[in-house]
Parts: sequence; structure tokens; C-alpha cells
Amino acid sequence: MDFKDNQEQANFRKKCREWLEKNAKPKTGVEKNEFANINYLQAAKDWQKKKYDAGWAMLHWPKEYGGIAASAIERIIWSEEESKFDVPRGIFEIGLGMCGPVMMEYASENQKARYLPPMAEGKEIWCQLFSEPSAGSDVAGLRSKAVQDGDNWIINGQKVWTSGAHFSDYGILVVRHDANLEKHKGMTFFFIDMKSPGIEVKPIKQITGGSSFNEVYFNDVVVPDSQRLGEIGDGWKVAITTLMNERLAVGDANGADVEDAFRWAKGQDDLGEPLINNKSVRSSIADWYCEANGLKNTKLRTMSALSKGETPGPEASITKIVSANKLQDIGNFGMDSLDMSGMLKTDDPEIQSFQNAWLGAPGLRIAGGTDEILKNIIAERVLGLPQDARADKGLPYKDIPTGNA
Amino acid sequence: MNLDFSDDQKFLQNEARKFLEKEESIKRNREILDESSSLDVDLWRKIVALGWTGIRIPENFDGLGLGHLELCVIAEELGRFLAPVPYSSSVYLFTEAVIKYGSEELKKDILPKLVSGEIVGTLAVTEDFMAPSSSNIKTEVLNNKITGKKIAVPDAGIATHSIIVCKSSNGIDLRLIDHKDKSLNILKQDTVDGSRGHFCVELENTPSILVGEEGNGWDLYESIINQAAVLFSFEQVGGSQATLDMAVNYAKERYAFGKPIGSFQGVKHKLADMYVAITLAKSNSYYAAWALSSESSDLPVAAATARVSATKAFQLCSKENIQTHGGNGFTWEYDCHLFYKRSKLLSLNIGSLSNWKEKLVSSLEKSNIN
Repeated sequence: MDFKDNQEQANFRKKCREWLEKNAKPKTGVEKNEFANINYLQAAKDWQKKKYDAGWAMLHWPKEYGGIAASAIERIIWSEEESKFDVPRGIFEIGLGMCGPVMMEYASENQKARYLPPMAEGKEIWCQLFSEPSAGSDVAGLRSKAVQDGDNWIINGQKVWTSGAHFSDYGILVVRHDANLEKHKGMTFFFIDMKSPGIEVKPIKQITGGSSFNEVYFNDVVVPDSQRLGEIGDGWKVAITTLMNERLAVGDANGADVEDAFRWAKGQDDLGEPLINNKSVRSSIADWYCEANGLKNTKLRTMSALSKGETPGPEASITKIVSANKLQDIGNFGMDSLDMSGMLKTDDPEIQSFQNAWLGAPGLRIAGGTDEILKNIIAERVLGLPQDARADKGLPYKDIPTGNA
Repeated sequence: MNLDFSDDQKFLQNEARKFLEKEESIKRNREILDESSSLDVDLWRKIVALGWTGIRIPENFDGLGLGHLELCVIAEELGRFLAPVPYSSSVYLFTEAVIKYGSEELKKDILPKLVSGEIVGTLAVTEDFMAPSSSNIKTEVLNNKITGKKIAVPDAGIATHSIIVCKSSNGIDLRLIDHKDKSLNILKQDTVDGSRGHFCVELENTPSILVGEEGNGWDLYESIINQAAVLFSFEQVGGSQATLDMAVNYAKERYAFGKPIGSFQGVKHKLADMYVAITLAKSNSYYAAWALSSESSDLPVAAATARVSATKAFQLCSKENIQTHGGNGFTWEYDCHLFYKRSKLLSLNIGSLSNWKEKLVSSLEKSNIN
């Protein structure tokens, strides 16, 4: 066992660091999360362009689309080094992490050459249009319709929880083309121009007060058949490719962590004593430290496997469940420690980070697979347990019972 | 980057697994409970014959001269198969204390006999129905002779020697005693998990040999249990994995309402929680194994992190395994209770969960993670 890079990895890390040091500032401590801010969007585009021009944008992509065909371990090394710098990340994760891989696998050569480089460069932003008002965890229950009309398809319906739809140029879309087929068989997948006539984007105001998600309405939107990804009826298969990538893209819940709770507890008063002397606080800090380091060390085990050219085990599937719940608990702890004053909004970045964690964590426990769905996935795919009995199995979509929503 | 065991270490682990499976270690555990014995002497002899008691003992003392990582992989398998042997007491605690703090003369005398099985050791610290600490140890040494009483000493029945944590004029000492001495009285105590006997050791002017620096025994004791915590964690991870495997198999085979119970989300989510706890514990144990084998200054934090995660994992998995088995899980006939009881034994030996959480946070304060 050791934590050293081999010579090749060490050289690569050095190259990453040298470029980052020249082009960005190291992190200082409490960084602000300004996802919805328009200046942040421009800053993120600028940073992505800078990386693209220097060849760092999409390391593992083939050269013709702006990558350097880097190995998985090199990608992790880059990401580790980049995360030490205060740079605007986050805007492109869905496009690059989910839409990119689908286009890579299903789009024509001409389409790949047209769309992938601007995606990597950050010039064109992509979003993912899957969830619907009545199809969340059961996303295959979606209702939005596609009707073929010559060389085109006409799309009608509504999508929801679409991150970044309000500033996206393109999107990937799965819709129902035949409600007489079984639900998983009647879907088809497209990519669309978000500026198409008939698309209306309405931001959703979240419990945080911010709006990073949207409702997207489709009213007779015309999509050429050439923008179909996969065969007619293969929509679910293509969607699964994307969802597999989503789990890798979502991963760790960012925000206040055990180090922040520990530092706070040392400085905060608890009825005349330092908060860190409180037994129940010490117990919670021990738990969070074990979870945070359990995830960190799990990642190191995954990297070890990649580094040896092996396929990692399913360990990484625990990341979001553990980190989103920990984030919620730590936010709650910070606010609790302030007693009545915990309700007040302030300029204090530490207090803000606890309040943001507490307000944001409920969303993270849902986005990209709820805790419950992720536990089903662990139980079924990792532990090999049988699927739950389904009331919709074998039924044509149109005959499946639906509730009021 | 290599947070993984080597091929040789994995081979050793695989051999250990095959051996304990073939020897029906879990069945032996049950037989001990049924016979009210306190360990399996036959299995212990076979383990000695395989050389496992000499893994960390240098070759010039007849050992295998291997490292802590080899001990970790053996520990995981002993935990998986609930081996009813005094391995943790004799190897993780007694042997490591002699290697770390014994004089050359003591090593020359003791270590080869630990390899051959002639000596089996344990460590005695607890004296009353509370956690031991440097301020509540009453057993006292005067002119190298110890007087006092220790309780809940694991494996003292088969042990030939003990290291006693005792009070001296300069503080706390670690002292080695020979169980042959007539001044000793060793009595078996009734315990919740009889597969690893616990004993009361009464000492009256029992002759002893100092191990390590005089008066500094509590720090040495802490340092020994920090090392041992890593190995205990591996046993706990092995036990956790075994209970998850049992629960998963049962959930696939047991039907209710016309379906395997493993298809119900109430059961699935429980089993997924067990998987999450094991993954965290295992990864933290791997890191602690690295810290132990490389003598990192991070060991106190790493060991406590592994220990807390592994204790939580085994406690969760062993109790939810019973729950998954329903009424069957509550019977003596099913193996679930053997793991439930062992999880408690492993979580209390070398100190409780709350004490290890405290150790973790105070180590963080000392190492000043910010």
C-alpha cells in the first residue's frame, strides 16, 4: 500500500499544477456557490474556454473533439488538482457528463464533429430533459409525446427539474412515441435545439429562494428525424446510458463538511463552554469524520483499481447517499448551535454555509436519484436482490393506472 | 496510488478463508456455546501450525517476519468465520506489546514460544464495572510483585502469560506475568458471548517483569490498542460482510405474500444501509492498515476512524441480520445470534464505541486538522 503516484502520474500531476498555478488562484477557504448568478455563468464559460484552448477541458475525449484521450486516472488527477483552485465549475457538468457521452455513442459522425467541440469549449451549453411532473423516480412513466410527421417529429408535453434549461443551447430529450406499447418500449430519444419555436422555459423557485431548475413546455415543437439518437423505441436504452453517467456526474454533495463543523465547534460558545466540549457534538463530529473519510478512502480504493488497469467495484455507488445526508446533518448542527439566532440571515460566511447546507441538502437527496432509488439500485445491482413486483408490468402504457398528479 | 493489498496478501487471505471454511469455524463456535467451553483448542493448534501466531515475529525468533498488512487480511477472515480462538488477545495485543516494548532478553525468551504455541498471551486491564482509565487502576506493583484483581480478561483460561496494566510508584506500568505462578487465581466468568471466554484474574504478590518504560505504561497501553484497533476493525469488517451475505441469501430465498422478501423495499433499504456501512468501514480500515504498516503519525486518527466505523458497521449488520431473518433469527438454531454476540464482544474489547469516538475527536484536536 502507498499513496504515491507512479512516475507517469506524477509527471502528469505536475503538468496540471503548473498550468493551474499560472491560470487560476488557489482556494482560500469558504468559497461562494453562485450557480444561478449570470456573471458566474460568463466566468464559467471563460474558464471552460481557457481550459479548452490549453487542452484541459475534456481530457478523456478523443483528440478530434477537443480531448487528449487521457486515462481515467489522469482525469481524476486533473480533477483533484483543479478542485484545489477557486474556479467556476458546475455549469457544464450535465452537458459534459451526461449529454456528451450519449452524443458520443449515438450521434452521426457529422453531428459529433458539429456539436462536441463547442460543448467541450463551453460555447454551447446542454441540458437534460427527462423528468416530468408525473414521472420522477419512475422516469419511464413519462407522458410527453412525439408524433412522426414525414422527416420530422412533433413534440408536445412538459418536462421539469431541468437544470440550466434557461441558459442552455441544446438538450437531450426522451419522449413517448407510442402509448400502445409497454412503457419501456414506447419511448424514443432526441437531441433538440432549445431555441426551437414552441419551447417555453419557466424557472422554478426552490426552497433556497434560488432558481437553478426549470419547467420546460413543448408546444408543437418540430424536431428533425436526423436528431433522433438510437432507433425508434430505443429511448429507454439510450436514457439508461445517460443515467449511468449521471450517477458519476452527481457524486459528492459539495458544501459544509466535518472540517467546517469542527472549526466552528472550537470557536462557538455553548452555555459558557466551547461547543467542542459538548459530548453530543463530539459524538456527531466523530460520525461525520468517519463518513467523510470513508468516502475519501473509498475513492482512493477506486483510484487504486483504475491505476492498476482494473475495473473498480461498485463502492462508489454509496457516495451521494452518504454525502447528501451528512451535509443536511452538518447544516442542521451549525444552525442548532446558534440557538434562536440561527434563523437570521447574515454576512458571516460560516453561518451562511450551514444555512445553505441545510436548505440545499433536501434537493441533493432527491436530484440524480433519490436516496430510496439509490438504495434500490445498491440492493438490486450490487447485492443481487430481486426487483419489487410492479403493477405496470406488461401493460400497454395507456392502460397503466395513474394518480391525480 | 495503491490503497489495496498485494497479490501475495490476497493469496494469504484466500488461503485463510479456505482453511476456516473447511474447518467449519462457525460450527465450532456453536459447539463451544453448547458445551459451555471457552474456546476451540483444536482449531487454535491448527492455526499455530499454519504459522499465523508468528506472522509479525522476526525470522531470527522463528517467526515469518511479515508485516501488519498480512495480519489485517487474516483478521478479516477470523472475523468472517467467528473463529473461537484467542488470536486477538495473543497476537494483536500480547505479541505486539512484546515486539514493541519487550527487552531483547524477553523477546528471545518469549517470541519463539509464541510462534510454537507454547506461550499464549493476553492483556489484562479492566478491574470494575466501568471503563478502565489511568486514574482508576488499583492493581498495584511493589518490588516487582503485583497484587489486585482484573476482570473480563479475554482468553485468560488458555493463556500462559498476561500483560497486566498496574499502578506503580511512578504511574502506570505494563508488567508480564506467568500464569504458572501459584499466587494466581484464574476464574471463568459467565459472559454474553461464551465463544471467547472471559476470566477474573486475582493476583497476590505475583512476580512480574516490567515491559517498556516504568511509569509510562498507560501511554504504552494506548499505543498498543491503537495498533490493535486496526486489526479489530478488520475482524469487524469480516463479520459485517458475513452477516450481510447471510441476510441477502435469506432475503432471496424466504417468500412472503408470494414474493421473495428481498423484493420489498423495507428489506432492500435495510440491506443497502448495511452495504453502505460496510463500505465506509472497509475503506477506513484499508487506510488505517496503511497508517499502521507505514508507521504513519496519522495512526491514532486513522485507527480510531477505522475502529468507530467498523464497530458501527458490525453492530448494524448483526442486528439487522436478525431482523431480516424474522423469528428464525431469534432462535438458538440459526447462526444470527453468534454474530450478534461476537459483534458486541469485538466492540467492547479494547474499549467501547463512545470511548473510541472520544479518542477520535481528541486525536483530531491534537493533530489540529484545521
